[in-house]
Amino acid sequence: MPGETILEVKDLRKHFPIRRGLFGRTVGQVKAVDGVSFTLARGETLGLVGESGCGKTTAGRTLLRLLDPVTGGSATFLGKDLFAQRGEELRRTRKHMQIIFQDPYGSLNPRMTVESIVGEALQIHGVVSDRKERRERVQGLLREVGLDPVRHITRYPHEFSGGQRQRIGIARAIALDPEFIMCDEPVSALDVSIQAQIINLLQSLQERKNLSYLFVAHDLKVVEHISHRVAVMYLGEIVETAGSGELYRNPIHPYTKALLSAIPVADPTVTTRREILTGEPPTPINPPAGCHFHPRCRFAEDRCRDAANPVPVYEVGEGHRVQCILAEKEGGRIVEHRPPQNAPVEV
Amino acid sequence: MKDTEATLDRSELEGASPGGRSPTAMALRRLFRSHTAVAGLAITGVLVVTGLLAPWIAPHEYWRISREAVMQAPGAIPGHALGTDELGRDVLSRLVYGAQISLLLGVGATGVAVVLGVIVGAVSGYFGGWLDSLLQRVTDTFMAMPTMLVAISVTAIMERPTLASLFLIMGFLSWTTVSRVVRGQVLSLRENDYAVAARSLGAGDGRILFRHLLPNCMGPIVVLATLLVAGMILFEAGLSFLGLGVQPPYPSWGRMLLDAKPYMEESPWLMVYPGAAIVLTVLGLNFFGDGLRDAFDPRMKV
Ligand SMILES: Nc1ncnc2c1ncn2[C@@H]1O[C@H](COP(=O)(O)OP(=O)(O)OP(=O)(O)O)[C@@H](O)[C@H]1O
Ligand code: SF4
Ligand SMILES: [Mg+2]
Repeated sequence: MPGETILEVKDLRKHFPIRRGLFGRTVGQVKAVDGVSFTLARGETLGLVGESGCGKTTAGRTLLRLLDPVTGGSATFLGKDLFAQRGEELRRTRKHMQIIFQDPYGSLNPRMTVESIVGEALQIHGVVSDRKERRERVQGLLREVGLDPVRHITRYPHEFSGGQRQRIGIARAIALDPEFIMCDEPVSALDVSIQAQIINLLQSLQERKNLSYLFVAHDLKVVEHISHRVAVMYLGEIVETAGSGELYRNPIHPYTKALLSAIPVADPTVTTRREILTGEPPTPINPPAGCHFHPRCRFAEDRCRDAANPVPVYEVGEGHRVQCILAEKEGGRIVEHRPPQNAPVEV
Repeated sequence: MKDTEATLDRSELEGASPGGRSPTAMALRRLFRSHTAVAGLAITGVLVVTGLLAPWIAPHEYWRISREAVMQAPGAIPGHALGTDELGRDVLSRLVYGAQISLLLGVGATGVAVVLGVIVGAVSGYFGGWLDSLLQRVTDTFMAMPTMLVAISVTAIMERPTLASLFLIMGFLSWTTVSRVVRGQVLSLRENDYAVAARSLGAGDGRILFRHLLPNCMGPIVVLATLLVAGMILFEAGLSFLGLGVQPPYPSWGRMLLDAKPYMEESPWLMVYPGAAIVLTVLGLNFFGDGLRDAFDPRMKV
């Protein structure tokens, strides 16, 4: 069961400059992550879902300090300000936060053996003193992720299947005994038959090591199974957060409902009203003013389009927050006002 | 623990060979399937062996002058299978030592070019920003230089360039292709997930560059280097033919061509042998280089 908070993110922003022309003039910003807040407890999995391009990867990588500099906001990780850390201090913090990738092919260096891939972190942080010790540690890690510690250790990545490679990536991520792992769509590229195995592996590792996951996915079905809580992201913002049972029973944001109705229902007698997503997702370069979702929303009112006074965040129940005026009908109370938005830029 | 072990793919375990087969090993297997590549490798091998073992292979000292045996046709007198030149020196011996000079200058100059090119390209591609812009303009400048003319001017000023100064000059004028290729590779590889993973493990720039990015540029670098050796041998022959390269008494193939020029009519073999040696060697190295390229990555553009 989730314990104390280890990661607290407030109003995280990461914008990418758009440069044009010979001198690389900045002509605009891609607001990939634009004011994201959440907390993560020890042993907890927070699912992060949303369409492609909504900023899930950017949010996770910014928090892992892989996309410096951060544009705005703050994060406290293990009691320390994450974005103030530099040099040796940051290097030590890196031991506690890791990443697992979507692509099992691109995420392993093709010229390194499993032993060097999984053991690299041990070497970097001086955890092992010699090759023999490193080999033993790597063998232990391979065993933990369900690979053969003897036969697999001298092989190169191309000799493995997608699922096995993903296990190697997981072994690399847990090598330093981290507290927090960002799993960036770790099963999206795998066969359906393999997906469950990897999810089970991640869950059993979490139980044994009390790991915290930020689990990114673009569909709610994968996330439902593994997450304690789920955050739904749309164009750089989190539009709804709730415990995963609550979110599936009682979604409020029309976007969440649309995502949920995209999940095939197993029981054919269940007839739910399906919310269909129409229109292309707008780009994070010039997101629609006010509630970014309003061009695709059939409940949109005038105040949904107000850029000076954007739709606030409501709380409709214990830990269930939603950034949508429909929360008012559910008795939601405002817990966070969103800052006024800038006028759109010409690109 | 139980469930994860049960998910092991047994069949895959059983079928696979013991130990790892590296990507390099696989590339070499592909290399040996190509006839032209093997032919190129053979010619290159002959050059290397001849160059290294020149003192044992050559029947005479390359500098030994003989008044009695001047301009002898091949086979005309015993002990000089390929005849003698205008000073009575053994042509075969001079060819053999010429291979040594070609090898030395080709590899030396290529070494200089590759080291410079890899440093400039890697720094440029990895760090980007103003440093990249600056280094790219420097590269452009070098690319715009008429290489041969610059080499001619510099060596002419030096009057009698030493071997070391020759390969420094040649290497210094020839690193741009390497730097462009390495920069492009590093630029795309550094966004790779395994580079991101290394950074998240706490690896520094040096480690990411040397352990992760550059080893994955080795294919193109080796291919380019092989082709560069061929280019350098031609470069050296050109300079020596103008009398500006390797200085007597060292026998360079280019120098042999120059020395033979006045006697083209009466003793054509004096030009034919070094000429053929140059063509064959360059051809062999190019075959080999192309074969390497195909073996490492058929889509590679070098
Ligand atoms: N380095 C970058 N430079 C400029 N724009 C970027 C960069 N990285 C991401 N973006 C943009 O930021 C937005 C969010 O990208 P991100 O990769 O975080 O989305 P995602 O939710 O992870 O999508 P996916 O499901 O496709 O992985 C996209 O519009 C993307 O084009
Ligand atoms: S805030 Fe308005 S536009 Fe946005 S989702 Fe809710 S109802 Fe629709
Ligand atoms: Mg992503």
